[in-house]
Amino acid sequence: MNHSIIFPVLIPLLIAILQLLPPLSGRGGLASGRLRASSLFAVGLVLVVAVYLLLATHSGAAQIYRLGDWQPPFGIVLVADRLAALMLLVTAVLALGALLYACAGDDHTGVYFHPLFLFQLAGINAAFLTGDLFNLFVAFEILLIASYALLIHGGGKARTRVAVGYVILNLVGSTVFLFALGILYGVLGTLNMADMAVKIRHLSSAEQAIASTGGLLLLVVFGLKSAMLPLQFWLPATYAAASAPVAALFAILTKVGIYSMLRVFGLIFGPHAGALADLIVPWLWPLAVLSLLLAAVGIMAAVSLRQLIGQLILLSIGTLLAAMAINNTAAVGAALYYLVHSTLICGALFLLADIVVRQRGKAEDRFVQAQRMCHPGLLGTVFFVAALSVVGLPPLSGFVGKALMLNAAETSAQISWLWPPILLGGLASLVALSRAGSTLFWRISGEKACCEPVSRLQLAAVLLLLSASPLLVLFGGPVTGFTGASAEQLALFERTPQLLLPQVSP
Amino acid sequence: MELLYALCVGALTTCGFFLVLRSRTFAVVLGLTLLSYAVNLFLFASGRLTIDGAPILGQGGAPYADPLPQALVLTAIVIGFAMTAFVVILAMRGRADTGTDHVDGRIPERREPPAAK
Repeated sequence: MNHSIIFPVLIPLLIAILQLLPPLSGRGGLASGRLRASSLFAVGLVLVVAVYLLLATHSGAAQIYRLGDWQPPFGIVLVADRLAALMLLVTAVLALGALLYACAGDDHTGVYFHPLFLFQLAGINAAFLTGDLFNLFVAFEILLIASYALLIHGGGKARTRVAVGYVILNLVGSTVFLFALGILYGVLGTLNMADMAVKIRHLSSAEQAIASTGGLLLLVVFGLKSAMLPLQFWLPATYAAASAPVAALFAILTKVGIYSMLRVFGLIFGPHAGALADLIVPWLWPLAVLSLLLAAVGIMAAVSLRQLIGQLILLSIGTLLAAMAINNTAAVGAALYYLVHSTLICGALFLLADIVVRQRGKAEDRFVQAQRMCHPGLLGTVFFVAALSVVGLPPLSGFVGKALMLNAAETSAQISWLWPPILLGGLASLVALSRAGSTLFWRISGEKACCEPVSRLQLAAVLLLLSASPLLVLFGGPVTGFTGASAEQLALFERTPQLLLPQVSP
Repeated sequence: MELLYALCVGALTTCGFFLVLRSRTFAVVLGLTLLSYAVNLFLFASGRLTIDGAPILGQGGAPYADPLPQALVLTAIVIGFAMTAFVVILAMRGRADTGTDHVDGRIPERREPPAAK
């Protein structure tokens, strides 16, 4: 058995626990050099393991790790397939960027930033690796409880206010998740996702009705995590209030919801699930189109840069949902490419917005006239590149992702439903970001006030995340090849879930 | 027994959701607690209700209680308990920071009735 599969969970967990103990913990949990070094070490190691897993899964089949060597479906398994490896790598890169930015001083505004950051990383990685539905719930809880504490990192009235709503909403979500789990276990008698996919094909019609209830409850839960249409109101305010590195890391949280949908509805309720085949596709179409349209309106209405980025995340979620609604391998591959792009660029934008806030004095990031920034040329260029990428203009990665997705629509009905909202969303973000950029960088008043110069570490973090966009285009061939192969592997497991249930020789 | 059990879970869930939709944090925390009780009972029942069954495994096809839901409930109780503790502390901090126990952090403005002369 390949033990490296569990490392992305174990490394952050162990180092976070060590960080709570005296040699590393520092004065009352405040950040110190040792804490920073150990966190960077942990994230670097996770990055190396993620790259290794990516290479290992690229050539071969999915690797299965049996915890305690119990035979599946009785024991708990971790599954490292191409999709999981890809998500691990994106998370590690994003976490590295956010951590570098935090090390420039943001981690010093509250206690226990580093352990919480690593706990959250462990939870996210566990969610990507698990092959067991109940462990997906546990992973969600680990990443959520770390995110509750990280959200109020730095303190302040605004953060407490949004945190109360965020925590309550997610606790209700967790309860609904447990109800769905209970329903599915009651019908299927297993929680191993591959085994569920096998058993769901042999249900009686009365049991099918119950299983579909469980499946749709799961859609509600994952919709809440990923900020799908009726459940998206919490996101812009929450992300705008969080401190910059936390908001950047949160860019992956909505994608955990999308990943869970791909995994659960792609494997258990996929095209071969008998009467329950493609359970959520009829629901996804209206939800995706309305999400896109509402996000386009929200983008036009945003009054500050961080709110605007929150709305851009909603737009990217709508785009991903639409791709899942098309429901073919090409669309899922395109969605994975777009997911990598949007996660990293939205993370970079949150970090950049924080630099802008520090330079504009009392105006912060609201779109009003304000003092001149210290480095308008430099920040303006970075903002311009990020905006080009997120809107989806050539030659950057957003363009490639959207083009792949538009290309994946096959029938004329799909084209007529998919193209207008996606293109309209692109237009709205183009208009809003042009207005935002011209206001932030050109509408200046008075003399240049003394302001905090941008630290090299902060700039390096933004550039690290932003460099993903040209790199995704330069290495477009291998990347789209890999995302396409991930989508095909997902479809293969859906056809033959027995591949994920290897028999152990006694 | 099944009917009584189902009614009990249903009543707890209904009360829980009603309280969660209230505007003050205390009622919401109580609602979350009721919801977690309901879900724990529900998970327990997902392994079917048995009376006089052997725990884990019986001999020769004798009825036994499914052990897995019990393990799931144990996990859910631990997580639910920790989350409730956290939300209580957060609600108290919210009360201190924002000066109100409304879940939005501020009391929504009401249209005042016209003042009587």
